[in-house]
Amino acid sequence: MASLEVQTLAVEAIKADFPLLSRVQAGRKIVFLDSAASAQRPQAVLDAMDDYYSTTHANVHRGVYAIAEEATRRYEEGRLAAGRLINAPNPSREIILTKNVTEAYNLVTYTWGRKNLQRGDVVVLTESEHHANIVPWLMLKAEREIEIRYLRVNDDFRLDLSNLDEVVRDAKFVSVTAASNVLGTITDLAPIVAAAHRAGALVMADGAQLVPHRPVDVQALDLDLFGYTGHKLMGPTGIGVLWARAEILEAMPPFLGGGEMINDVRLDSFTTNELPWKFEAGTPPIAESIGLGAAIKYLEAIGLDRIAAHEAALTDYTLNRLTETFPEIEIFGPPAGADRRGGVISFKLGDIHPHDVAQVLDEHAVCVRAGHHCAKPLMRRLGVNATTRASLYLYNDEHDVETLIEALVDVKRMFQ
Amino acid sequence: MAGLEDLYREIILDHYRSPRNRGELTTPPAIRVEGFNPLCGDEIVLYLEVADDIVTDVKISGQGCSISQSSASMMSAAIKGKSVVEVRALIRSFKAMMSIHEATLGEEGVEEIGPIDPDSFGELAALQGVVKFPVRIKCATLSWNTLVQALEEAATA
Ligand SMILES: Cc1ncc(COP(=O)(O)O)c(C=O)c1O
Repeated sequence: MASLEVQTLAVEAIKADFPLLSRVQAGRKIVFLDSAASAQRPQAVLDAMDDYYSTTHANVHRGVYAIAEEATRRYEEGRLAAGRLINAPNPSREIILTKNVTEAYNLVTYTWGRKNLQRGDVVVLTESEHHANIVPWLMLKAEREIEIRYLRVNDDFRLDLSNLDEVVRDAKFVSVTAASNVLGTITDLAPIVAAAHRAGALVMADGAQLVPHRPVDVQALDLDLFGYTGHKLMGPTGIGVLWARAEILEAMPPFLGGGEMINDVRLDSFTTNELPWKFEAGTPPIAESIGLGAAIKYLEAIGLDRIAAHEAALTDYTLNRLTETFPEIEIFGPPAGADRRGGVISFKLGDIHPHDVAQVLDEHAVCVRAGHHCAKPLMRRLGVNATTRASLYLYNDEHDVETLIEALVDVKRMFQ
Repeated sequence: MAGLEDLYREIILDHYRSPRNRGELTTPPAIRVEGFNPLCGDEIVLYLEVADDIVTDVKISGQGCSISQSSASMMSAAIKGKSVVEVRALIRSFKAMMSIHEATLGEEGVEEIGPIDPDSFGELAALQGVVKFPVRIKCATLSWNTLVQALEEAATA
């Protein structure tokens, strides 16, 4: 029987924490290999949100009654957990809760970008960004005629840093993915941050695909801004996290206007609330913050180091099984055994279209993603329209991988 | 749940493996129109030659999944040599088969489409199973939407 050389997690017990993973589809148990798109939730997250709605629901920062105060405290605890997870120095002021990380990046381009960038100013991104960290900048470019430069992706699927200083020269802002949602590569942020700071630029990293899988320390990384999204780390949908150093946030104009974000309002003017509420207009995602806090507790209880070790072993196992079973397979990402590689595995099985692959896999109750993964510039760079993507998380094991392999054999039988 | 055999009929796989009318035509006289499926990044390039209201030639290039490719291949075989009026009627019936009802859209769309006779579709009827896989309807209709655009361009050319 297939097994990993090193077992770091009790995956059977972990699977039992996730109600959805016991779902049976046409007689087969779900094999969920699409956590890079959105992870599943453990019972603890569902319970925390249910408990809030059944015992503590009230609007936050408004009522003086006990329930409202408790709701406010629990909402703010979610914020503190979100900061603790990335070792943010000052979470009660520097963590902004948004609807998802896409909104967080739009907040940055809309407020920081419009305040600080004029025609010809340079922003540096990478070719492997998710659309969430390209399109808001392109919108700003359409409005302001800023210049956007890109760090390119090499044939080894890593960023080309050979001309780093040249690319970031005179840049005002550098924003790079911390881990690719297509290639599985984990960015070596240190040289990029150092070069950007030498050039006088601020640096933001997109942690959507890193925070759920690896310990992250924004202070050790010397970042200025950072974002991640709740649903990819087993929290609810509807919540994203933006961290930035307080002096950056202080100098940024507000984003959305309305209740909560103001200090005073008159008929002809307003003043803004203090951090972080200055950026949180309207009733915030209260249950979602509480759910996010529960997800973070769950992650911390298992330990991100152990999750990372498990994923590394399972990623190698998967890559090896794929390449030994299907000699024609093309994998868009670093090979087994590579450093700085996460459990996102994009591939093409000969000429068979990813849509067809995913459809047949669904028949085996294997859930994978097929498409461009919201990274069209990267797909162009790779020379493909679409890939099939299997992504691993703490609740996956070698049995899931074996089911994937069997299902792929069936795909080949069907289309050849 | 619908079974895969409803989707991947043998005729569909046959058109996928050996697509009809693949290639390009010189423009002009042919019209060249690109279609994209934003969901999956598939693209199709349709070359259409219309003379005296007859589709005299059609070629297809681009990449896509088995459903989009076979639908395009069957479409090309079905429209070649047909009059523009016949082709428009076929497009409407095909979309109706895909559960897309556009009776309120477009000027010519007001006429009611009667019950579809699967026999009149020939091989295209094999695509009927796609309806049970809603995300794949866009794959099946990609070439047809591109054809609509090409006919519009042909009408104004
Ligand atoms: C690398 C990366 N950045 C950003 C996002 C956007 O996340 P969300 O849709 O939650 O805003 C995703 C998720 O799709 C992602 O993979």
